[in-house]
Amino acid sequence: MNLPSDDMLTTQGLLLDHTSGKVLLIGCGALAREILDLKAANNWSHLDLVCLPAILHNHPERITPAVRAAIEKHRSTYARIFVVYADCGTGGQLEALCHDMGVDMVAGPHCYSFFEGNEKFAANSESDFSAFYLTDFLVRQFDAFVWKPLGLDRHPQLREMYFGNYTKLVYQAQTDDPALTATARDCAARLGLAFERRLTGYGDLKASLAALR
Amino acid sequence: MSEDQDDIILSELDDDELVPQMFDDLYDGLREEIEEGVTILLGRGWTPYDVLTKALVGGMTIVGNDFRDGILFVPEVLLAANAMKGGMAILKPLLAETGAPRVGKMVIGTVKGDIHDIGKNLVGMMMEGAGFEVVDLGINNSVDAYLDALAAEDADILGMSALLTTTMPYMKVVIDTLIEKGLREDYIVLVGGAPLNEEFGKAIGADAYCRDAAVAVETAKTFVARKHNSGAQA
Repeated sequence: MNLPSDDMLTTQGLLLDHTSGKVLLIGCGALAREILDLKAANNWSHLDLVCLPAILHNHPERITPAVRAAIEKHRSTYARIFVVYADCGTGGQLEALCHDMGVDMVAGPHCYSFFEGNEKFAANSESDFSAFYLTDFLVRQFDAFVWKPLGLDRHPQLREMYFGNYTKLVYQAQTDDPALTATARDCAARLGLAFERRLTGYGDLKASLAALR
Repeated sequence: MSEDQDDIILSELDDDELVPQMFDDLYDGLREEIEEGVTILLGRGWTPYDVLTKALVGGMTIVGNDFRDGILFVPEVLLAANAMKGGMAILKPLLAETGAPRVGKMVIGTVKGDIHDIGKNLVGMMMEGAGFEVVDLGINNSVDAYLDALAAEDADILGMSALLTTTMPYMKVVIDTLIEKGLREDYIVLVGGAPLNEEFGKAIGADAYCRDAAVAVETAKTFVARKHNSGAQA
């Protein structure tokens, strides 16, 4: 299928890509490209994908109701639904919803953790807790997710209030893309942070999806 | 809000005009104008406490209400808070000198592993505005840091803040330690932060979850009054 633009994934999400009717993935729009890439690379034709608008990342309180609505919409069509969100700032509410509705979800606190590998991320938490993370998608959509919503385009003097406690920007690269790395490095400079790049690939996401039959 | 800002000379406004103008300036995040307004009111014989409560807190209450109602957003609230901070910097030493009413004392900080302090800073400032003495421990606080400060400051309230799902469970570590040491009933424990909710607050044994700075102030006032009342009855 033709992947929508990042802007569309941010504001609209992704419509159901095709209908095998077997397993439905309800995912974050920020993961659409990665999930579709894994599907294609592994020939997982039994997995259908629908994505919610990625900008929900900035409004975690809206994620659980949106996932609930998506599950209710599609559950009569699919025997199995899998939620491709981690906790993502819902404070355990998404996990509780999935438990109540009898569906599974990706393990971990957020995509930064499962991209790096949940165990590794937790092990590094003592040294990395002052890191600000970006993924491939968030680097491409930095202005839409960080710069403009925080008002830094209008009020650059707020930068210190937002980022004064951070020590570095960690770019978790899902793909090895020099142009994207350069953009990520620029994002770090704009925020006044040191830059570090980690090539994570898809981390635990691949294993989570591979387990779905 | 105030498009003709350049034409307004604050010192030429009488009090009835100046205070609403300061509300506007606070809303617009104009720190220098707020500092000037505070200085003018003090020069006219206002007590520091009246300047704080009638001009600054009054203005921040409007900001807080509009934030709650989705009219203002985080950047604008931060600008307003920065303006209020300018006014507070002038007033704080004067408030101490003039013996302004003190409602209670709060120790506040973000929990271990959490560096996100915007919410905590807003709460601290609004608590100060409401007459509480605030001891700000900053970010990344261990249980020992909280307990040491509570004891050293003889505080009434412990405020803990967390932005991350991964760090918010640490609040329970602190509360459980208070219980283990037989100290839990000595303090009012308030918790807040984006991923928290009322259910979580109850589950970890906090006295209350506060969804924003205004709620934190009202909740703190209620609990302190209750504590004083129960103390009077004992």
